[in-house]
Amino acid sequence: MNAPLLQVDKLVRDYTLPREKLTQPPPKVHALRGVSFTIEAGRSLGIVGESGSGKSTLARIVMALDAPTSGTVRLLGRDLNALPREELRQARRDFQMVFQDPYGSLDPRQTVGRIVAEPLAAQGATREEQRARSIEVLESVGLRASDAAKFPHEFSGGQRQRIAIARALITRPKLIVADEPVSALDVSVQAQVLNLMQDLQAQFGVTYMLISHDLAVVRHLCDDVCVLREGTIVEQGPPERLFRAAQHPYTRALLAAVPRAEPPE
Amino acid sequence: MALLEVEQLTVTLQTQRGPARAIRDVSFAVDTAGTLGIVGESGSGKSMTAMAIMGLLPEGAKVEGSIRLGGEELTTKTDREMNAIRGNRIGMIFQEPMTALNPVHTIGKQVAEPLRLHRGMNAVDARKKAIALLDRVGIPDAARRADAYPHQFSGGQRQRITIAMALACEPSLLIADEPTTALDVTIQKQILELIAGLVEERRMALMLISHDLGVIAQNVQRMLVMYGGSVVEDGSTRSVFANRMHPYTMGLFDARPALGTPKGAKLATIPGTVPELADLPSGCTFAGRCAFTIAECHTTVPPPIEVGLGHHARCIRLDALTPTLSRREREQQP
Repeated sequence: MNAPLLQVDKLVRDYTLPREKLTQPPPKVHALRGVSFTIEAGRSLGIVGESGSGKSTLARIVMALDAPTSGTVRLLGRDLNALPREELRQARRDFQMVFQDPYGSLDPRQTVGRIVAEPLAAQGATREEQRARSIEVLESVGLRASDAAKFPHEFSGGQRQRIAIARALITRPKLIVADEPVSALDVSVQAQVLNLMQDLQAQFGVTYMLISHDLAVVRHLCDDVCVLREGTIVEQGPPERLFRAAQHPYTRALLAAVPRAEPPE
Repeated sequence: MALLEVEQLTVTLQTQRGPARAIRDVSFAVDTAGTLGIVGESGSGKSMTAMAIMGLLPEGAKVEGSIRLGGEELTTKTDREMNAIRGNRIGMIFQEPMTALNPVHTIGKQVAEPLRLHRGMNAVDARKKAIALLDRVGIPDAARRADAYPHQFSGGQRQRITIAMALACEPSLLIADEPTTALDVTIQKQILELIAGLVEERRMALMLISHDLGVIAQNVQRMLVMYGGSVVEDGSTRSVFANRMHPYTMGLFDARPALGTPKGAKLATIPGTVPELADLPSGCTFAGRCAFTIAECHTTVPPPIEVGLGHHARCIRLDALTPTLSRREREQQP
């Protein structure tokens, strides 16, 4: 029993670039260079880093959308990359993803009801079950049952992100990987979505792996934070300690670069 | 006389749903070497204001009011006359450096272009100046890198290149529309420091548009808060930050997750979403989303009320608000 919710062990991911010279092997990018961490159920983890640090590669591998060069990702003790296709498809009910761009991640030609129900449909649920559950999740993210018949273009950015969250919730996942879920939203709407994510955490017991460049957002939702730089975790710990007494110079530089919302004296 | 004077600017756009007032009665001024920030959410009209100044409004837009640069009226200028001003007396930096740069021309050529166009410089001199500019904005080994193409540079370096372009003709006004939104925080800091240094060194006026209150706080002397196409509050940055008066400004400040707030604390939210331009109420644009709305708010356009030295808020409910400090201030008080 008691296997951690997610266990990432010595994850390495290299990407081979197009060959530059005939006489030399093609160059490689080391997107992840041995990343290890554990997420216990109920303790959300934030991954902070700048562009190119490997955050999104990490999210894709944890979601089993990409395979690591070496290392393992275990969800509830099962090695995701070793699972046969069919079992992986079944296992996907336990982990879902919310993407950054609420405009790009929803198919404009499908109704909200179908978009939200898709993960269930992929699990082979009946039509009735899909319909009932999609209305349930739409309501739990603060939308109306009647919204199921509408199309994504009828919604604002914040509402679209709610739809994306509803889609992630529909299989009652244990883990939601959210890649920059609020960075495309306006400040006032961002607050609404963050509060919603917090409520869902309390209500359904979902655990987040939250990827963000915004330290304050991570601080708001997570119990632990990893600072990622060039494919390596440089520092890790609870946000209170990390943000108050950062040890690594990179974490300190990152914190110092956030403009303070107070005019200088 | 201020360098840039905008008076009662109203811009009406033709949309599918009929005419929509994207900017409503906006007035402000920027002094020579002064810095002004505009903060607001999407649809607030902050970028549209910049576009109106540069004469880059969409087709069919109707402009009322006045925009004067160095005393010269810009709203009545023809396209051709505006071409001689843009990139020459007004420099511009945009959010996406990759879209602002032409991918098929070398950066040296692109930085030299305004010099050839506006100053009639020959190719050799323009190139020499372009290299000096690239060097000034911090492109390493500028003489050699001038022959490289935009895709060979990182996002931060590309933004440096667009800054070099904007500076080429030594404009008296620099408009920076979300110049660092696409960049990482550490790079953002470098770019903002570069802009601040250049503004001071060349005595340019700066109009900085951002959704980020932190960026505004650190970089400008005066600020406007825009919502629904109108300025809801304006004043010195210090005064607005210390003493925010308009309910929207308060909401905006409280909605920001700050590094200091403990985990699990709820963020204050502004209910609803930013309305579509065509649906904006005829009175106060924030009416309906505001907790202090009364019937009159929907019908009366609120006048600017002086709430401090050079600090105005457009709200008819200020009397009801004044005793209500914003959440964070309440918490900070002993």
